[in-house]
Amino acid sequence: MANHDTAPVLDIQNLSVKFRMYDKGLRQSELQVISDINLNIKAGEIVAVAGSSGSGKSLLAHAVLGILPKNAMVSGSMKYCGTELTPAVQADLRGRDIALVPQSVSYLDPLKKVGPQVQGLYGTKEQQSQVFNRFELAEETAEKYPFQLSGGMARRILVSTAVISNAKLIIADEPTPGLNPEIAETTMKIFRDLADEGKAVMLITHDIDLAFLFADRIAVFYAGTTVEIAPVADFIRGGDALRHPYSRALWNALPQNGFKPIAGGQPYAGNLQGGCPYAARCSHCSTECTTAKTIKMQTVRGGEVRCCHAT
Amino acid sequence: MHLAAYIGRTLIRGVGLLVAVVLVTFVLVQASPIDPMEAYVTAENPVSQEQRDAIAAYWGLNDPPLERLEKWVSALAHGDMGTSMYYRQPVTEVIRVHFMNSLMLMAVAWILSGFFGFVLGVVAAAYQHTRVDKFIKVYCLLIASAPTFWIGLLILMVFAVWLGWFPLALGTPIGKEAAAVTLGDRLYHLVLPALTLSVTGISQIALHTRQKLIDVLNSDYAVFAAARGETKWQIVYHHGLRNILLPAVTLQFGSISELFGGSVLAETVFSYTGLGYVAVVAGTKLDLPLLLGIALCSGFFVFVGNLTANLLYPLIDPQIREGMTHE
Ligand SMILES: Nc1ncnc2c1ncn2[C@@H]1O[C@H](COP(=O)(O)OP(=O)(O)OP(=O)(O)O)[C@@H](O)[C@H]1O
Ligand code: SF4
Ligand SMILES: [Mg+2]
Repeated sequence: MANHDTAPVLDIQNLSVKFRMYDKGLRQSELQVISDINLNIKAGEIVAVAGSSGSGKSLLAHAVLGILPKNAMVSGSMKYCGTELTPAVQADLRGRDIALVPQSVSYLDPLKKVGPQVQGLYGTKEQQSQVFNRFELAEETAEKYPFQLSGGMARRILVSTAVISNAKLIIADEPTPGLNPEIAETTMKIFRDLADEGKAVMLITHDIDLAFLFADRIAVFYAGTTVEIAPVADFIRGGDALRHPYSRALWNALPQNGFKPIAGGQPYAGNLQGGCPYAARCSHCSTECTTAKTIKMQTVRGGEVRCCHAT
Repeated sequence: MHLAAYIGRTLIRGVGLLVAVVLVTFVLVQASPIDPMEAYVTAENPVSQEQRDAIAAYWGLNDPPLERLEKWVSALAHGDMGTSMYYRQPVTEVIRVHFMNSLMLMAVAWILSGFFGFVLGVVAAAYQHTRVDKFIKVYCLLIASAPTFWIGLLILMVFAVWLGWFPLALGTPIGKEAAAVTLGDRLYHLVLPALTLSVTGISQIALHTRQKLIDVLNSDYAVFAAARGETKWQIVYHHGLRNILLPAVTLQFGSISELFGGSVLAETVFSYTGLGYVAVVAGTKLDLPLLLGIALCSGFFVFVGNLTANLLYPLIDPQIREGMTHE
């Protein structure tokens, strides 16, 4: 499936995102919300991005598109098919070559009918009808306003906006919640088809089970960074096939694997000091883990992991 | 909610408002220390005691207040607002003539301030954090905190006194037969008071539009529009206008009451003979029938403004429109 001869569709190197915050008075501070992410997605590939709420998944998506708020500072490198994603390039690619499936209906204009919204700047009425057909959306849905949509309909409308674009890179931010299992599966199949047609898909999701079925690789996010990126097969096998303690804990927390909850909570971005962000919750934690300035991603058994003690 | 029920309820509230306005005016007139007779009779035209008694009887000054109100209300039911004590003409006639002048003034000011206020607000929001925005904001805040009559005097001084471009006062040229007054004359006399009113009316709508558009530009749907390749101005055009028009229109119709208040001041500064000017005359001469008539008319005018704003809601906002038709 993947085409290894050419550059990956998306290649992210050492990406960090900070927010400039204005506290009371004029004092400025910086809040680092994404640190040192390396991630690539090749044509034909679905990479699932999984991680708990607030781990920075949406921010990563918005960084790739260049639609972060004005007070965000981005460092590192992002390349689209080998071309550096400068703000000008991003502006050029948005909506045509890179498409976003946003996370909620609040991303639709409340006072505009959804038909024209799905068409956007570049789509036509015919394309919109075709996409609606594909998602089993009635033709009349085009005449509705966002507030008249059910959760499942809204979700499919959001996905339609990306499918209509014919973009080479699709970034889907939690496209499945609120969908009944069948439609969720249909939706995922559509992403699979798109990938098989040669597109690259970043699939941000809480639903690891669905990722198991349709993704090629899974990137686990924790506190604003990737802790493990590995082929989906490793996640299906679980346990020792995985490399990072957090990935294993996530695996054990799945209903079919014993439903064991992970004690503790993810640290807030502002409270991160050096060392491993997972240290407070890790049973393998050693002094090395907390004193290291940063822990780099390393390749272990064909996957990447950010842990001093990974084997 | 059903449209009919909605209109019905609004109408009832409107009638209540008018009744209240009339009652308050009446009570205020009763409580006023001004003696209409003294106001009417000036040193230049002294009148004898018999004449005074005759006038008082003619005006009904000696009747008990409630009886006067009762008479006025029953006459009103027949479309008769009584006779102005000061102008010695039917109140309806006095109001009609002057109301047309005011209406022209207010309409021009309303349209100008609405249009330019909206445009300024949109430009300020689109250029937020730049000097353009700062300039518009400072201008609006300065204007908003300056009283209308003061701005009126300023404009009067610059354009009428120093530059001499426009007449100093009055709605029509002095010494010209009413029939000979052309539309051009009227417009010429209209410019300065209308300018005063527009200048002061702009700031509220501009600041409001600016804030609403900034909210829209920071919204999720604006971010998504950007993600789909829309530029800032495309976002303003496709999503901004649609989402800020409703609040702006509502505000502009709601501002009619302030416009009315402002026009009283502007008309007084420019001696423009509109309804505001007549209201001041009626107030200082304690011309009860005329005052009641003006109160009724202005109350009605403001009410129609607000009603229009409320009825426009469903036209522009699909959320309300669909809710009404689908129930
Ligand atoms: N504009 C902002 N200014 C400051 N902090 C922000 C801003 N936007 C997001 N954050 C913070 O960045 C972190 C990551 O947010 P993000 O929305 O990417 O999380 P997420 O992984 O998408 O979570 P979820 O699964 O709930 O969507 C959160 O802690 C959030 O509070
Ligand atoms: S680096 Fe240390 S603390 Fe962090 S996950 Fe690995 S073993 Fe645990
Ligand atoms: Mg998110």
